[in-house]
Amino acid sequence: MIKKLNARNIDAKECFYGHKACGGCGESLALRLALKVLGEEAYLSLPAGCMAAVSFIYPNMAFKNNAVITPFASTAAVATGIAAGLEALGKEAPLSVGFAGDGGTADIGIQSLSGAIDRGEKFIYICTDNEAYMNTGIQKSGLTPFGAATTTTPAGKAIHGCVTEKKNMFEIAAAHGISYAATASIGYPEDFLNKVQKAKECDGPAYIHIYTPCPTGWGHGSEITVDLAKEVVDTGLWFLAEYENGEFRLNKKPENFKPVADHLKRQARFRHLSEIEITQIEEMRDRKWEKMLKNWG
Amino acid sequence: MKDFKMSPRPLWKSLSDVPMGSSCSSFHICDTNAAWRVFRPVMDYSLCIGCHQCYLLCPDGAIHKEDAKVFRIDYDFCKGCGICANQCKPGAISMVKEDQV
Ligand SMILES: Cc1ncc(C[n+]2csc(CCOP(=O)(O)OP(=O)(O)O)c2C)c(N)n1
Ligand code: SF4
Ligand code: SF4
Ligand code: SF4
Ligand SMILES: [Mg+2]
Repeated sequence: MIKKLNARNIDAKECFYGHKACGGCGESLALRLALKVLGEEAYLSLPAGCMAAVSFIYPNMAFKNNAVITPFASTAAVATGIAAGLEALGKEAPLSVGFAGDGGTADIGIQSLSGAIDRGEKFIYICTDNEAYMNTGIQKSGLTPFGAATTTTPAGKAIHGCVTEKKNMFEIAAAHGISYAATASIGYPEDFLNKVQKAKECDGPAYIHIYTPCPTGWGHGSEITVDLAKEVVDTGLWFLAEYENGEFRLNKKPENFKPVADHLKRQARFRHLSEIEITQIEEMRDRKWEKMLKNWG
Repeated sequence: MKDFKMSPRPLWKSLSDVPMGSSCSSFHICDTNAAWRVFRPVMDYSLCIGCHQCYLLCPDGAIHKEDAKVFRIDYDFCKGCGICANQCKPGAISMVKEDQV
């Protein structure tokens, strides 16, 4: 039985320090917490994106770990290549981890991720989802939610932000028959720590999709990053689930959802939404939950 | 503070202090982030109940755990985001304008 991780028993040592992410950046918190579990011996691969941009600012290096910037489309290819290299070198308990943003995962890196999961190699892939291409200035990605204003889906007269819904990236990873997949949120940090621990223990590929608010891109106060990440689960707009041994499992089934409107209006990217559009968002949420409860129970 | 307080290193004075090539050693931190701060989190230790939330949730890892009850802020790297103060239930952390500290 693996020991349950919590704020008190995690490693006090920091492996991600002095980075240049904006104050209150959700992605940087996800990386920092993941590294508390993965440890300084893990080898990290990061494609272009905020986390690479804020860590490797020559001559600074904010990781204690060995870490490399990969070509954008190749996070999982590089991570599995490093895993093979570590094995060839006879490293004991080699651990190779890819960290990529939503754009780097659901759009640009999806092919190499699919290939790596398909090969069944042991590696961990963590998608830090801030729902747009932030490092290049807030462009829509395949994981931008309906209604969100980005620079490529602005809130104008004709169109009110993003017209598509989020790709089901967790289900896409699971559909490969992956060894372990999970969703998480930095609003539920201890749940995330334990999912990273499971991914670390697992023999094959593991995928974790974590929700990470971005104060700069979403237009919210830097102090409420964690609040929003908790609220999004409590409103049912995001969910905590796992896929293991071929089965889906919901970790949290809210009895009643918190009101969506209050949560959305705290973020500038949703402030233009009309009541009708907010109702539409609620309907999308209810459809998703109906399916999840029916199929994953 | 103990060894967990990071100090920027090395302070480069000449070109030979700067790493050459496309790689450098881990934790090669040459400058601080303190100047980013508008508000400074200040702890009132008499109100702290040791819940660990500030330490857990600081995106910069700038709150160090000295032991299970003593948490210290590394003001060289705290950016003043306010997450710690917002998450501290007993209200032991207040955000004070830098010019009023
Ligand atoms: C092949 C390639 N295309 C485009 C870019 C430009 N680019 C750099 S970072 C970035 C955005 C990344 O977005 P995401 O993966 O969501 O990460 P985030 O910045 O939001 O953390 C883009 C488009 C690039 N570096 N390489
Ligand atoms: S733009 Fe967003 S994701 Fe990028 S460093 Fe700033 S807060 Fe983090
Ligand atoms: S969040 Fe507040 S009460 Fe909890 S450890 Fe930090 S300062 Fe103390
Ligand atoms: S204000 Fe932000 S950066 Fe500073 S110690 Fe608190 S959480 Fe960390
Ligand atoms: Mg992104």
